[in-house]
Amino acid sequence: MDIFLQQLINGLVLGSIYALVALGYTMVYGILGLINFAHGDIVMVGALVTLTVTQALAGSGLPAPVILLIAACAAIAVCILLGISMERVAYRPLRRAPRLAPLITAIGISMLLQYSAALIWGKQYMPMPELIKTDHYAVAGAQFTGLQAFIFLLACAVMAGLLWFIKTSRIGQAMRATEQNPDVAGLMGIDTNRIISFTFLLGSALGALAGVMVVLYYGLGHYFMGFMLGMKAFTAAVLGGIGNVPGAMLGGMLLGLIESLASGYIGDLTGGVLGSNYRDIFAFLVLILVLVLRPSGLMGQRVSDRA
Amino acid sequence: MNPVATRRALSPRQRWLAYLVIAALLLALPFAVDALLGRAWVRIIDVALLFILLALGLNIVVGYAGLLDLGYIAFFAVGAYSYALLASPQFGIHGSFLLLLPLGALVAGVFGIVLGAPTLRLRGDYLAIVTLGFGEIIRIFLNNLNRPVNITNGPQGITLIDPLQFGGIALNQSYSVGGLTIAPVHGYYFVFLACALLAIIISLRLEDSRIGRAWVAIREDEVAASAMGINTRNIKLLAFAMGATFGGISGGLFASFQGFISPESFTLLDSIMVLCMVVLGGMGNVGGVVLGAILLTALPEALRYVGQLQQAWFGAVYIDPSDLRMLLFGLALVLMMLFRPAGLWPSSTRRREFAIEDEAGDEERANA
Amino acid sequence: MPEPAPLLSVAGITKSFGGLAALTEVSLEVRRGEIFGLIGPNGAGKTTLFNVLTGLYQPDRGDFIFDGERLVGLKPHHVAAYGIARTFQNIRLFGNMSALENVMVGRHVRTRSGVFGAILRTAATRSEEAAIVRRAYELLDYVGIVQHAGGLARHLSYGDQRRLEIARALATEPLLLALDEPAAGMNATETNELKRLLEKIRGDGVTLLLIEHDVKLVMGLCDRVAVLDYGKKIAEGAPAAVRRDPAVIEAYLGGSLA
Repeated sequence: MDIFLQQLINGLVLGSIYALVALGYTMVYGILGLINFAHGDIVMVGALVTLTVTQALAGSGLPAPVILLIAACAAIAVCILLGISMERVAYRPLRRAPRLAPLITAIGISMLLQYSAALIWGKQYMPMPELIKTDHYAVAGAQFTGLQAFIFLLACAVMAGLLWFIKTSRIGQAMRATEQNPDVAGLMGIDTNRIISFTFLLGSALGALAGVMVVLYYGLGHYFMGFMLGMKAFTAAVLGGIGNVPGAMLGGMLLGLIESLASGYIGDLTGGVLGSNYRDIFAFLVLILVLVLRPSGLMGQRVSDRA
Repeated sequence: MNPVATRRALSPRQRWLAYLVIAALLLALPFAVDALLGRAWVRIIDVALLFILLALGLNIVVGYAGLLDLGYIAFFAVGAYSYALLASPQFGIHGSFLLLLPLGALVAGVFGIVLGAPTLRLRGDYLAIVTLGFGEIIRIFLNNLNRPVNITNGPQGITLIDPLQFGGIALNQSYSVGGLTIAPVHGYYFVFLACALLAIIISLRLEDSRIGRAWVAIREDEVAASAMGINTRNIKLLAFAMGATFGGISGGLFASFQGFISPESFTLLDSIMVLCMVVLGGMGNVGGVVLGAILLTALPEALRYVGQLQQAWFGAVYIDPSDLRMLLFGLALVLMMLFRPAGLWPSSTRRREFAIEDEAGDEERANA
Repeated sequence: MPEPAPLLSVAGITKSFGGLAALTEVSLEVRRGEIFGLIGPNGAGKTTLFNVLTGLYQPDRGDFIFDGERLVGLKPHHVAAYGIARTFQNIRLFGNMSALENVMVGRHVRTRSGVFGAILRTAATRSEEAAIVRRAYELLDYVGIVQHAGGLARHLSYGDQRRLEIARALATEPLLLALDEPAAGMNATETNELKRLLEKIRGDGVTLLLIEHDVKLVMGLCDRVAVLDYGKKIAEGAPAAVRRDPAVIEAYLGGSLA
């Protein structure tokens, strides 16, 4: 029982990070029909910027929350800048091109970001200075840290805010209109280019925030970390139904739980034949199963090709 | 300007002469390179030939049939491991390559169908991601199948893989024939060259066949293709299987050539590198793909020179040449899609040697 | 003397999309050798019926029998093999293939060569390939665009693209050629030429089923027509009779047909 509860807690924390990243995939997909392959690397840049800023300020005597806030702001600013310029330079000119073209540029951008990061930050793992002491709380035989609670609650708050924003704000409504039909939205006087830029801004900001959480949670950053994280978040978005904002949140949480529980139990289930070193396989399996069996995901529209 | 015109200008005799000259050049190439540039460059040529084979396989899937496969390196891995497991001390089996290469091709082809089948209903970009997932899954398995039963030897990989062997001649030995030293890289050169030429011929023939047209038709418009009576599911699976077969053979050759393989050699980046070769050269055009494979194999060597320059000028290497290579790959993908989406050497309207069409084609160009 | 069995008989086809009925209980018969027109206002379900007949959509209910075979539930490529070929309302050619190759693709379903034949260039493959090329040229000549054989399909003029689509469809040796608005976007001269081409095709034994908006073309060309409105068939018969049908006049807002 306590292992189950423990994995549940871990899964929810992991899932809230996946969900934040998944939102970036799903919002861009909703509006452009594009899988922004490089989104995971935006998160990576956010994480590494956070590390750099905290490392620089760790000895400054500033209180830890202030350092973190500065680092998060820096990460968000850098990621927004990257996200918007990426759309501008690499995706916008290809909006009417065959589908494979923007996907190939997205792969190119992803490599550019990864290896630029390798040049800037090096290829070794970067440690996070210990700013906050971890305090443990126990619940029914399982335990969680204050940090875990913080990550989970912050992610939930941000997502609730996002839902409210999309639902009520003018620009949120314009986003939904553009998603329905960009051409008609354009005719109705919506500046679709601005909406698309704004979508990238929003997705990148959420990605940066996820990057902050990842380095807080794992205490490490690395130029290649965006790949796996991105794949998992994309899986989460597909699981929830790509293009669907609440779906991405649900999918993220679910994927976190699946991964956490599966890697917790796989050893027992297979009699020790497969170990937790297979944990990265679950995301891919979920992705393949969902796409093959129910391509619309849990809450979304159909994605398989139709006549 | 017009390749049709130049081709028509050659008489059959001249054409045979041209073939002979090319054949002589190809035969002399490794020895000339060895003498002028050193043996390391012969090795680079060998690798380039291997990549030509690999890229031509991916070209069938991506270039002809328009299915973006991001896990293509998995078939290379399957071929390499098929060979390595059955021709190394790992299990103490030492099979003949004449058996193992076709076997590797077959296994890879079956993998191509098995992994391809579930993806057929998916739209292009989803297909890309799912194939990527399959590629990663295969790599993760290769990495972890050393417990509880040691099959792949995990991250350490498999060593002491048998070289190709023709009768008593093992290709990892040097031989002296009439004063000419035939080093392993020379021997492999001829094997790889034969395979690459065969792959080129097969690709060209497929392209210009009923099946090749069906692939391109699916790429151009799947609905129209099926309405014209093309069984899109089978024809797509055939593309996956053919592409995988090419990958499987090159994987087996790679294993015998290196004598060592590990999961490290079969990452997503390797899939993307092969994709780069296809995209950079020109999707769907055999000449372009060959060019792309050669350019991208030679690039790291040119970049190594950049590393030496840095050392000489600044006393240190600030930019790791291999990182720079990946950076340039990424940049190349973006720039190619933005400015030259058809590749450096795009496939033009395929030309058929029928006078009436040539005239029509010329007229078309004249009007354009 | 018993009337010969119709080439195509459609019985009670119903198809809806997400609760929206696109076709309701549509039944009609196309006789061998005739030119049958399918008309009706925009959104009446004409193209949906085409898509059902060619296997692109599966109907919710209903049946159709073509040349003695039930074809409901078959995939498009099977339907093509049974002898229904079509063109598309928004021309769907293989843009980056030459006109000749487009027609050659149409021969796919009537030819056999596989991978090994192609790789080994066997005698059988070579002669089949030569026959494909020959037939493709004949068909391009037949529709009158042989001079563009080598040009990319997407570079052809609009009217020539329509002709190429017809040639490609004919390459599958159809018994029934289904044309989705073949005259759309054509001027009067081109429409006249198209009419002559369609008559020539019928004269060569192919039955034609066409969706068309150009009423003059339909009236001058078709032996019989059926009228769809809101997914239901409201009339079927000879053009002259149908145009006087009150329900049809009503559907066209009382004016344009009379």
